[in-house]
Amino acid sequence: MTAPGGRTGATRKLVLGLPLGWMLLFTLLPALVVLAISFTEKRRGAPPFTPLLVPGEGLLPELNASGDNYALIFSDWLYIQAFAGSIRIAAVSALITLLIAYPMAYALARVREGVRTPLLILVVLPFWTSFLIRVYAWSSLLNSNGLINSLLLDAGLIAEPLPLLNTEFAVHLGIVYSYLPFMVLPIYAVLERMDWTLLDAASDLGARPARAFFRVTLPLSMPGIVAGLLLVFIPALGEVIIPELLGGSHTLMVGPVLWNEFFGNNDWPLAAALAMLLLVAVLLPAALIYRLARRTEVAT
Amino acid sequence: MTRRALFPLSMLAFGYAFLYLPIAVLMVYSFNDNRLVAVWSGFSTRWYGELFRNAQIGDALWLSLRVAAVSATASVLLGTMAAFAMQRIRRATGRGAFEALAMAPLILPEVLTGLSLLMLFVMLSEAIGWPAGRGATTITLAHITFGTAYAIVVIRARLSQFDPRLAEAAADLGATPWRTFLRVTLPLLAPAMLAAWLLAFTLSLDDVVIASFVTGPGASTLPIVIFSSVRLGVSPQINALATLLVLGVAVLIATAMLMLWRAERRSAP
Repeated sequence: MTAPGGRTGATRKLVLGLPLGWMLLFTLLPALVVLAISFTEKRRGAPPFTPLLVPGEGLLPELNASGDNYALIFSDWLYIQAFAGSIRIAAVSALITLLIAYPMAYALARVREGVRTPLLILVVLPFWTSFLIRVYAWSSLLNSNGLINSLLLDAGLIAEPLPLLNTEFAVHLGIVYSYLPFMVLPIYAVLERMDWTLLDAASDLGARPARAFFRVTLPLSMPGIVAGLLLVFIPALGEVIIPELLGGSHTLMVGPVLWNEFFGNNDWPLAAALAMLLLVAVLLPAALIYRLARRTEVAT
Repeated sequence: MTRRALFPLSMLAFGYAFLYLPIAVLMVYSFNDNRLVAVWSGFSTRWYGELFRNAQIGDALWLSLRVAAVSATASVLLGTMAAFAMQRIRRATGRGAFEALAMAPLILPEVLTGLSLLMLFVMLSEAIGWPAGRGATTITLAHITFGTAYAIVVIRARLSQFDPRLAEAAADLGATPWRTFLRVTLPLLAPAMLAAWLLAFTLSLDDVVIASFVTGPGASTLPIVIFSSVRLGVSPQINALATLLVLGVAVLIATAMLMLWRAERRSAP
């Protein structure tokens, strides 16, 4: 379908130029600025980093770049552990989310058409309500004088409050809870299009339900599973709010470490270097999901 | 339903309980008279009373609503343009590059988006004097940037389902391109634009990470105020605020979704 000014003219240039200009200015340029600042050094003053270009002897300015920030990150256990922690927590959480989301998506694909849409809306609705408030709701449940602990204490099941909040367990829980819809939807999308008569064929050929599931349904749902895993893993990797509110100081993840370098230590160059490394960590799974999306686009 | 379906169905029920119980508990306990959130000592609306008298939260809400409304509107305009432009780019490499650039804010970690935009604003302000300070304007610019990415996804999905013959028919009947756009394309696109606006609006209303980076002294959005308050611990006033926010957004979104669903069922053959 065409927009006005289809063949010639100013409208056409505007329709392409305005969004393109916006993206170049507010997406590409900022990334380059962070890259540049990651090679500077912290100093007192405004802005709180040394200039990357200094006046040279000739007409051309000289480059004043330093790799110290990256050297520090790769030599200090705190930063290495933060990256390792982020990758481990994001991966484990994505797998747990899969275990909960798969049966849900399966059930959604099998229920009557009439109730399917309201049920799907119920899965999507939490995504629209505040992320911050949903994470906060868990911090108030997991608190040592929160509801879960008081119920367990009243029931006499425990003698003193369980340390639920400020643990890695709480961070996993927060990620699974926040990103569950991201896993349910792509798996549902694949299962909904599946040809269920294949299962009848498998059963006719003597396969028991479990075997039919593992040999037919599961392989066919792989694209949805991979998409779901990546859609949980990618945002979890750079997560700040969940580890800040649920993980406490024991859980080392890149997001809060970067946050503290910037807001706590006012160290812009180090925060910039951490951000660039986080970008590198995200690019590989992001490229995977991009390829996956293109392949399904071509297939449909 | 067969016996085999029992496990998925019970997981579905468990999933809904998991998704909704924490919020439900929070809502119930927002009416708790006790300052200790988990100790029930009677029904009371005192925290709502305190909330309405809290000027800081009132100012933050007003700022958030303004930023969200402006950035959602701009996001839909830019997103619609970008969705049309994407269809036009013939060369695969050019379209791929444009898509990657447009989708980047969806995949980039929020800390990176926030940090990079802040650094850009600081550099620009040094170099050309704009933006002069940081606050509502810089938050709005940042929110338009990620709002546009979401708007493109929603609007493109709708655009790809269009029957190009409709526009051709309008042209054959003598409609000018502008008239075709206003009378054929735009009405068909309107539901997607509404959905994109709501998405950009609620995402802006919810953002704490990016806003924390690009804001300046004196401009605290509602999520920034909530975040700094809940980092210090659970507060009954925030429970009351959360209840109102969740209910407000849920009613808005559920109504919009049901409307879109009904409209789709009516238009389906």
